[in-house]
This record gives sequence, structure tokens and C-alpha cells, in this order.
Amino acid sequence: MNNLTACERLDIIRHKNRPTVRDYIPVIFDDFYEMHGDRLYGDDGAVIGGIGYFKGMPVTVICTVKGRNLEENKASNFGMPHPEGYRKALRLAKQAEKFKRPVICLVDTSGAFCGIEAEERGQGEAIAKNLMEFMALKTPVITVILGEGGSGGALALAVCDELAMLENSLYSVISPRGCASILWKDATREREACEVLKITAEDLTKFGVCDYTIEEAEGGAHNDALTTADNISAYLEGALERNLKKGLDELLNERYTKFRKIGEFEEI
Amino acid sequence: MLEDLFSIVKTRFNVEQQTEEKKKNNVPKDLMFKCPRCSNVVFKEDFDKNAKVCPNCNYHSRISSRERLEYSVDKDSFEEFDKGMISKNPLDFAGYEEKQQELRAKTGLKDAVITGIATVHGEKIVVGVMDSNYMMGSMGSVVGEKISRAFEYATENKLPVVMFTCSGGARMQEGIISLMQMAKTCAAAERHSEAGLLYISVMTDPTTGGVTASFASVADIVIAEPKVLIGFAGRRVIEGTIRQRLPENFQSAEFLMEHGFVDMIVERRKIRRTLAHLVRLHKKK
Repeated sequence: MNNLTACERLDIIRHKNRPTVRDYIPVIFDDFYEMHGDRLYGDDGAVIGGIGYFKGMPVTVICTVKGRNLEENKASNFGMPHPEGYRKALRLAKQAEKFKRPVICLVDTSGAFCGIEAEERGQGEAIAKNLMEFMALKTPVITVILGEGGSGGALALAVCDELAMLENSLYSVISPRGCASILWKDATREREACEVLKITAEDLTKFGVCDYTIEEAEGGAHNDALTTADNISAYLEGALERNLKKGLDELLNERYTKFRKIGEFEEI
Repeated sequence: MLEDLFSIVKTRFNVEQQTEEKKKNNVPKDLMFKCPRCSNVVFKEDFDKNAKVCPNCNYHSRISSRERLEYSVDKDSFEEFDKGMISKNPLDFAGYEEKQQELRAKTGLKDAVITGIATVHGEKIVVGVMDSNYMMGSMGSVVGEKISRAFEYATENKLPVVMFTCSGGARMQEGIISLMQMAKTCAAAERHSEAGLLYISVMTDPTTGGVTASFASVADIVIAEPKVLIGFAGRRVIEGTIRQRLPENFQSAEFLMEHGFVDMIVERRKIRRTLAHLVRLHKKK
């Protein structure tokens, strides 16, 4: 594991050759079938979901996806979901529950999209509902943060039994840019904000948010997507084994406790 | 036709000028109230008698959590939970502790929510009231913990929950820990719901960000006060993204009801009676 600062990691996850979900899915899963639509409004290109095999076991895969070029980014809205993306995710998660498949979420998003239509269709409600429903989902949920974990937009796919982060990924309540513009009224000071916010896998492990850190290829995932994918696979294999052997009550109680215990306060 | 167009432009221009002038008027704070929505000026005494609602445009102004309780639950019925809970500074965020000490002294609050048990027309409820005077009602560890405990208490004692929300969202100064409060509060709300119990949220001005995207939106019944701001992203953020001005009623309670995210809009003076009725309707025989 390297010892980079949050800022240096930010550069790595913004590298133009940083592998995306589209690079990982074919390596990690077999016979992946993508499923479309939330059955309510439409199909969101920022969220990919589907079913496939992970080492011979049927699983449901739900991801936020960034594009590798402008065209892909147009289709995926730069990885920023609209409410229908979160509702598609929930639909597929409920389906996984029905067929007793574990859910694997791969997250790489700067956040939920902020726009008129997102508000009209209830961005807040869509995220809130996912938080509530994933908390009670009767099947294991494993989330891996691949690059950016942007606020509520990432959390909507990160109410899980285990949260892992790629070693350079960042997971934050607010984008460093947003933080800088609120704190110092100057969005260009995002690099400073990056350090203040404590958003690396190491920081988040200390806070009890991140359970595992997955090593990337030497110098960052862009140097070797395959090695990084193998590391993700190896992690997932262990995570599924750990969680599939739990009884349902145990699984759900531990998931509840995982989040319930987070908070830093004192009583005077 | 062209003339009409000119006259429209001209009146618009004049109106803007007028409001600019109005804004300049310095109204003595303790004597008069100027509505931030319609710029109407009324005697503060009349405004207070009107439950701090603008008599001209019906804007329900921001009020403190104590005032909220006064208007919303039976007199002297409120018993507060977790009175002494204060947050730590998990990120060692510069200035966070000082800011809190200052606010505690100024507002008499310990954080942005008070929770407890109360009655409405004699019906027992667990109630939480957020306060925008404390760091814009932002949700950090204390808000998350108090709300979760309130839900857990209600689940154990089979009581309905009423949450009056107002918040700028997650509390940046507590970083990822504040984000996790969204999941935590929803978890507690889920268990309450699973037990077949009633949860009503009352959205007040403003309900935004991480609170809209968590416990405020998962209630069985979502009530809003008239004209209040409710949304996920801030107006300026959206305007920055799409580079155009947003319509006036965007993210108002009425806008949300029109789009299917609010069950009813209830005036402040009717809230206690409405809550009492709704709680009675859900009572098990």
C-alpha cells in the first residue's frame, strides 16, 4: 500500500485512463446480462445494473458508471445518476432479494445529479428510499468504492454489509470543490479541502466506515486494470463467503449496527 | 404589439427598481417584520399573533424549535430526551468547536435538533424538531444519534413519530460521519416502520440536502408548511450546473406536492389538530 496524500489520490482517480466499471465487469463477472429501466420513468445511463455469475455464483451487480470518453460520458451523464437511476438500482436489488442472490455494488460517482428534472422527479426521495430499503434487504450487499464516492449519490448504493475501497478511492460527504467554495468561498482551493475532509480509505477505516482496502496496481489502477480487477475479485470472494454464511437475522442486525454505531458525541 | 412588449419590459424594470428600494428600507427589527418573500411589512406584534406567518402572502417564516413546539404540541407536555448530548470534532476541523460554543451560548441549544415525547390533543407522540438557528440545522453526529434514538424509543414503546425538519443538509465539518447519519436515521425509521408504526414528517423552511435525502422523505405521511423550500440540491448549485435562472416556485412545497412528493400542505395554526387527527386515525383497536 502506498502513502499518498488525498490530493495525490485525487489525481490518480481522475487519470484519463482510470478503468471504469465497463472495464471491470467483463473481467470480474461471467455471462453478465445488463437490465434496463426503473419501470416508473425511464432508464438512467449513469447506473448499470444486471445479473451474472461471480465464480459460478449468480449475483446482481449494480454500479454507477463514468464514461471513458466524451461519447460515453454523454450517455452516462458523467456518472451522475438521476432519480430513475437510484430507482433502477432498488428494483434490481429487490429482484436479487427475491431470487436470493447477493448484491454487489460498484461505486464511482461524483454525486447525484443536481438539475431541474432531478428535483422534479424527487432526487432526495429516491436516495432516501434506497437508504431505507437497502438497510432491510434480505440478502448480502457488498459495496466497493472504485474511484469517487460522492456524498448521498454514492451512499444510495453503499448501505451494505461490507464496504471496501480501492486504495486510491475517496469517499466524502461533499466534493472537495464544494467544501472549498463553502469554507473559503473559493472553489479553486479544492486541493486544500481534500486534506481537511479526511476522505481516504485509511481515514475512513479509522472512522469505522471502510471495512477493507483493496490494493490497486502499482502506481494506480490505470497502470494495470487486470491486476486491479483480480484484487477486487479476490476481495469479493472473501466478502461473499463471510456474509453468505450468516443467518438472516445476524446479517441484518450486523448491517444495522454497522451504521448505527457511527457518530462522535458525548453526553454531559 | 412591439409597443406592448416595450411596456411589459418597462413595467418589469420598474418593479425591480421598486423592490430594490424596498430592500434598502431599514425596518427596526423589534417593531416591524418584513416578509422575505413578498417584502410586505407588518407590525411584529401582529405577525407574532399570526403564528409568525406573513398575513399578506402566507409565508411561514422560520421559527426556533421552542417556538415550533409551542405551536405544535400541547402546552407543557414536552419532555426532552438526551438533553446533554454534544458533538465531538472527529475531523479536528479548524474552528468547529469554537463555532459550536458560540452558538450554544447564543441559542441556548446544544445542537440542531431537540427530541422528546409530547402530546397533541392528548395523543402521545415522539417528536423531533430541528432548528435552523444552529448551523443551519445541519445533520452531524448529535442530530443523527438523537433522531435514531427517538425512533428506537418510539419502536419500543409503540408510539408514532413526528419529525419537524429544517436543514441545510449534512454537516460538512463532521465529514463522512455526517454522511453516515443519513443511513443511520433511515435504519431507525425502517425498524419503526417495520413494527407497523406511524411516522409523519413535517417539512419546514428549508428542508434540503442530506435531510431531504434521508429520514425526512421516508415518512408514511409527508406534510409541508405553505411556500417553504424543499429540495435536494441548492438553488445556486443547480443554476450553476444548468446556467439558467430557475422558475420562482421551483422547490416550493407546492411544487413538490404537484410532483407527488408531499401529501398535504398544512398551515402552522392547524398543525396540532391535523397531527392529532392523523394519529387517531392510525390507532389500533
